[in-house]
Amino acid sequence: MSVRPLPGFTYRLAVAGRVVLAAFGGYGVAALSAMLLALALPMPRSEAVSAGTLASFAIMAGAVVWVFSARTLGRAALVLGLIAALLAAGLWLAGAFSPAVVP
Amino acid sequence: MAWLHTWSGLVVGWVLFAIFVTGTASYYRTEISHWMRPELSAPAVDPVAATNRAAAYLGRQMPDAFGWSIRPPTAENPAVEVYWWNNPDGPYHHALLDPATGEASQARDTKGGDFLYRFHFELSLPPVWGRWIVGICAMILLISLISGIVTHRRIFADFFTFRRDRSAQRGWLDAHNVVGVLALPFHLMIVYTGLIELGPMLMPWGVKAAYQHDILAYYDEAGIMAATRKPAGQPGTLMPLGEIVARATASHGEAPEAMLVTMPGDAASSVTAFFEEPPGLAHLHPQIVYAGDTGAELSRTGDVGAATRTGAVMIGLHEAHFAAAPLRIVFFLCGLMGAATIASGLVLWTVARAPKGADPAGFGLRFVRVLNLGTIAGLPTGLAAYFLANRLLPLEFAGRADWEVRGFFAAWILSALAAAFYPKAKAWPVALGIASFGFLAIPVVDALAVGQARYLGFDAAMLAVAILLGLGARLAARRPSGFRAARPNLSRAVEA
Repeated sequence: MSVRPLPGFTYRLAVAGRVVLAAFGGYGVAALSAMLLALALPMPRSEAVSAGTLASFAIMAGAVVWVFSARTLGRAALVLGLIAALLAAGLWLAGAFSPAVVP
Repeated sequence: MAWLHTWSGLVVGWVLFAIFVTGTASYYRTEISHWMRPELSAPAVDPVAATNRAAAYLGRQMPDAFGWSIRPPTAENPAVEVYWWNNPDGPYHHALLDPATGEASQARDTKGGDFLYRFHFELSLPPVWGRWIVGICAMILLISLISGIVTHRRIFADFFTFRRDRSAQRGWLDAHNVVGVLALPFHLMIVYTGLIELGPMLMPWGVKAAYQHDILAYYDEAGIMAATRKPAGQPGTLMPLGEIVARATASHGEAPEAMLVTMPGDAASSVTAFFEEPPGLAHLHPQIVYAGDTGAELSRTGDVGAATRTGAVMIGLHEAHFAAAPLRIVFFLCGLMGAATIASGLVLWTVARAPKGADPAGFGLRFVRVLNLGTIAGLPTGLAAYFLANRLLPLEFAGRADWEVRGFFAAWILSALAAAFYPKAKAWPVALGIASFGFLAIPVVDALAVGQARYLGFDAAMLAVAILLGLGARLAARRPSGFRAARPNLSRAVEA
């Protein structure tokens, strides 16, 4: 651990931004993935839900690691937002947002 | 990634240490409960008659309950354990009954091993809060493990490196690596399976999307839990529950482990018989549902698909019910190594930032030091106080079980406060020494207060913990820095 100059305000703000993006963005992507897998996986409904939930925590971990390893905060947010938008579009195609879904 | 590993480990390290220690102790939850209720030794009574008596007791407590649960007596658990509740969100009322009389058991009032087990994932907070905090800590630990592995390019070579005498920082780093890497498969398994255990609460979105949040419908379709009848809304009478126990025993070939009565006062009540998990890793209890008024079979759990079974195996791995005594010891030692990894990581953070020469330590460093000491030495002191309170509190004391828990927290807080005000050089040996004496007192007090031969194993284990903590105190006292040596001792103990 080498001695570094005290980090400035901008640096701290960027770190805080990454923490917030990792927590909420990571959870959001994981939740959207769990929903999409539950609806789209070609297996019985209960199995798809189980598989989606099992996978969601690994997806969240991957998203968080991405947020912290991306070169800049903006890049991390852009890619995460793109993935979330794709997942949401998939959910829309799978019918999650159509009104009055009767099981 | 090194940065991520350091800071993600630090912010949740103290809570994780407590989760690991209490979770590791929970591998022996039944044994702890037996030790804490020395009055219970009666041989098992007929489960059919005992269940009828328990139903009569519950009928007096809450005839219009939402649910009752009854665990009939067995050779291992001679008392009947009952719960009753009128709201699925709680509160859940609990009692131990004497199987011969159906009245409250004469055993001393204690939460037993269940307190440590629940603390492991609820932290003595309101359940939803505790579980979310534990879930968030688990996710951060998963990130910390991944970033720790990425940080460690030379993971194999470093495993065989232990530079204890080179410098404090190298010694602590190597100790952290040894206990961390040696049990790495266990650490990864236990944190991911722990997240899966809390999955329905942490990640309900799959169920929401596919079942509109009706989790019981999901459990039914997946084969996790058999569905019960819809309540009729009219009062009805329950048939003798013992009769249903007999039918379930005849049907499944073994006595049920637990009986769940849904809407006992309703005309359409259901009685679910839960059986022990069949041999194997999966945590799936076979179930048969009977009509509460006629005793006719309504449904039973069927085959479980691959994905659901995978999840059940993960939960089974976490809880290790499948593990016989030798494997349970391995799990226990791995859990200790997990606690040692967290503790050595926390200490390493302070050692790496120790000021050179006469520079004063900053607020952050002192804060982390005090929390480290208060957690790593304070929690064992609290545990010792919990066990000692069980033997020392008068049996007729009102609210005895709650006072045992208060003893746990009081000793922990006092130990942490004392550590905060003690001079730095002496704080570690003193705090670890107190914890060691606490555990040393347990077999002595047990021999004087109860003195039963069947507790020799438990008392020997307490003695072993006392010796470990004592060795830690001695090593910490030998170095002027004090910070340096306590933990390599733990890693050595784990290797022994």
